[in-house]
Amino acid sequence: MSKTEVVLRVAGAAGDGIASSGEAFAKICSRSGLHLLAYNSYQSVIRGGFIWLQIRASHEKVFTHGNKVDFLIALNQREFERNCVDIVPGGAILYNSDKIKPNKDKINENIILCPLPVGQIIKDIGRNPILQNTVALGALIKLLDLDFENMANVIRDYFGKKKQTAMEVNLQVSKAGYDYADKNLPQFDFKLETDLDNKRPVLTGNQALSLGSISAGCKFYAAYPMTPASSILHWLSAHSIQTGMVVKQAEDEISVINMAIGASFAGARSMVGTSGGGFSLMTEAIGLAGQTETPLVIINSMRGGPSTGLPTKTEQADLFQAIGASQGDFPKVIIAPSTVEDCYYSTIEAFNLADKYQLPVILLSDLFLSEHMESVDSFNFDAIIDRGEIVTHKPSDNAYRRYKFTPTGVSPRAFPGTSGTIFQATSDEHDDFGNVISDVFTDPEMRTKIMDKRMKKMDFVKKDLPIPKLYGTDDAKLTLVSWGSTFNVIRESMHFFSQENLPINHLHIKYLAPFQSGIQKILETSNDTLIIEGNFTGQLSKLITMETGFKINHTLFKYDGEPFYTEEIIDKVRDII
Amino acid sequence: METESKKISDYKTNTTPTWCPGCGDFAVLRGVLSALTELQINSKDVVVVSGIGCSSNITGFINSYGFHGLHGRAVPVASGIRFGNHNLKVIATGGDGDGYGIGLGHFIHAMRRNIDLTYIVMNNQVYGLTTGQASPTSDKGMLTKSTPTGSLEVPVNPIALGLISGATYISRGFSGDPSHLAMITKNALTHKGFSLVDVLSPCVTYNKIQTYEWFRERVYKLEDEKHNTRNLDSAIKKAHEWDVKIPIGVFYEANQATYEDDDPGLKNGPLVEQPLDNTGNMSKEIMKEFI
Repeated sequence: MSKTEVVLRVAGAAGDGIASSGEAFAKICSRSGLHLLAYNSYQSVIRGGFIWLQIRASHEKVFTHGNKVDFLIALNQREFERNCVDIVPGGAILYNSDKIKPNKDKINENIILCPLPVGQIIKDIGRNPILQNTVALGALIKLLDLDFENMANVIRDYFGKKKQTAMEVNLQVSKAGYDYADKNLPQFDFKLETDLDNKRPVLTGNQALSLGSISAGCKFYAAYPMTPASSILHWLSAHSIQTGMVVKQAEDEISVINMAIGASFAGARSMVGTSGGGFSLMTEAIGLAGQTETPLVIINSMRGGPSTGLPTKTEQADLFQAIGASQGDFPKVIIAPSTVEDCYYSTIEAFNLADKYQLPVILLSDLFLSEHMESVDSFNFDAIIDRGEIVTHKPSDNAYRRYKFTPTGVSPRAFPGTSGTIFQATSDEHDDFGNVISDVFTDPEMRTKIMDKRMKKMDFVKKDLPIPKLYGTDDAKLTLVSWGSTFNVIRESMHFFSQENLPINHLHIKYLAPFQSGIQKILETSNDTLIIEGNFTGQLSKLITMETGFKINHTLFKYDGEPFYTEEIIDKVRDII
Repeated sequence: METESKKISDYKTNTTPTWCPGCGDFAVLRGVLSALTELQINSKDVVVVSGIGCSSNITGFINSYGFHGLHGRAVPVASGIRFGNHNLKVIATGGDGDGYGIGLGHFIHAMRRNIDLTYIVMNNQVYGLTTGQASPTSDKGMLTKSTPTGSLEVPVNPIALGLISGATYISRGFSGDPSHLAMITKNALTHKGFSLVDVLSPCVTYNKIQTYEWFRERVYKLEDEKHNTRNLDSAIKKAHEWDVKIPIGVFYEANQATYEDDDPGLKNGPLVEQPLDNTGNMSKEIMKEFI
């Protein structure tokens, strides 16, 4: 039977052009109506080091980048040897045979070698070593029986009119690779169900977060460069003229968040983005946003910790950091988006909650979610912007109470410049007017009242959140529990379980704060539970026990820096049931 | 009502300042109030931002919007307010510990940006609110609770730092000369770009060395010496005078484009006034890049 799904890995050294080859292949697939998911495994090295990019494409939605590889494009000898073990029997390696000499003893005999004598193939066209990628891509398009003209268009768009010569060279080289494969390489039985009329968007989690912020009307974004959040800064900067957003790289994350609080205080929707280290520096000011009731969206794209940790690897170990961010008690919302699509909607939701309840909202992404590319069906662009209650006119009693006591705890906000609304926003404890009651004018009764007012907002946030969803059968032998970017890989595992008639269901927790009451009920009616988390200590598991008293029975933790693989989840579940 | 001319009392709140009797900060407050009165700026268009420290309590005593934030972070918040709405008059305030110690990095970077705001630092060369430790502007050898054998560090020179960091109005006032201080403050508020007013503001409780008398014996006015405020080199020379003679007045001023002038995001007016009814369409258009 023909294969309808393909997994490609491009492996080489940093600086070899792997990302652009991968992106080109991704576009070729997505413009052919295919779904895809791509993951880039790299190191914090600009040149050298080893990296690979893996793309899985199919006419059906794919949820992971796959484990085993159908085609490997190896760009150097070392990566040839390192990666050939991950190829499925019947799979193939494409490589520049001028440079790479396979050691046949080390290669499984079921793997098909596809040598590409690049020098000879492109001898009439050009000499740039990076052209070997284009040769291989051209050959691969032939082996997969994909449309050459579609590839040519991707190349044309990539180089654009400004780089006419490079575009011409790459077009010729890709055709040469394509023709070489046609005449010299074996045939493979792939039948990808393409549809050239159905072009899908492909984007990363960070791009979806950024796009979400544009839809939400974010007007100020500040950041300090830090992997894996930097691409938000780059992307929003590149689009700032078009969007009218002020994008500010500041001297450190402390300045970043204080600037954003200032901009938000002045009335502009504001967001900051960072990873764990920068988030640590922002911590004090998250409390400032809480205390002054200034709306703010904070993205923490988690990477491996502690300290500098694993700068280019993924982890889900900042949950407790987010929960405990800043001294004292104050209302704060924590949302963990699960997929690229969810990144878009979660950002809009975060802005609306931040404004409506005047509090900081933390979006917990991670390196895998932030950086992997995924095809999506288009988004709903009818974004609903809810800026909450805003005072636009002078209050009739001429006494504006910025922190007025109300049934919901939400006090209508005024932007500076509005007649009759002068007030003080203070990090010190204050009364309903905003006047300081911290040291000299201590007022225990007022302190209790204003604290109650702020915290009351969380009860109403809770009511606004959708009820937690249980995926799969109600009557399961085992309930999988997860948060954040593991959603997709568990979804794929769930597909396997249902094919195998294994009674498993899945509870995915998106809102970490406020903690939703529905979760306890779901867990208490489950027969057995397994938590799946990308950290060492089981932070969500502990949070669940803390909030509900419920103890999860089984655990699957991973902290090697790589995302979860379906096989790991399936094996664990099989062990349990 | 807003056409009536405003009196100094219109810019005062009902809160009584918490400073010790004789504190230099009273003169700074008076300087700000009289500058606002002279300029007849609408209270509703002014935001005073501060950090933490005795002097940072000043926001509570001025009838304008106030943002009394975290220790050392007044300048980033003030910058952010300018980004959000650059029609507002923004005054950042604080002490030497706040601005030249924990917030020193922000101070330098804000000057590099030449953001149009005024930064008034009440410099008393000691930490007052925490009861008398050495501050970044304490003289070397100064005995304090945290330096019982004398401070081992050379003091920060905020004027010199300002001159080499790109601020476009750099001045020093003295609380013992309130009318001169008010004049400098007023000029700083009308200056376009980052203006620094470093104020010699004696702490009568914890600094028994740099007292009003100590300063009176040393200060002189730059304008009396016909100092050329457009000359950076002579300003740098003046910035290094201390101990024997201490200059007050304007060291340097320049007309330069501000960050707000140059940021393309602010070309269409204040961010807070930008319409939000077309954001979805904007995203829809950008989404095409991903296909």
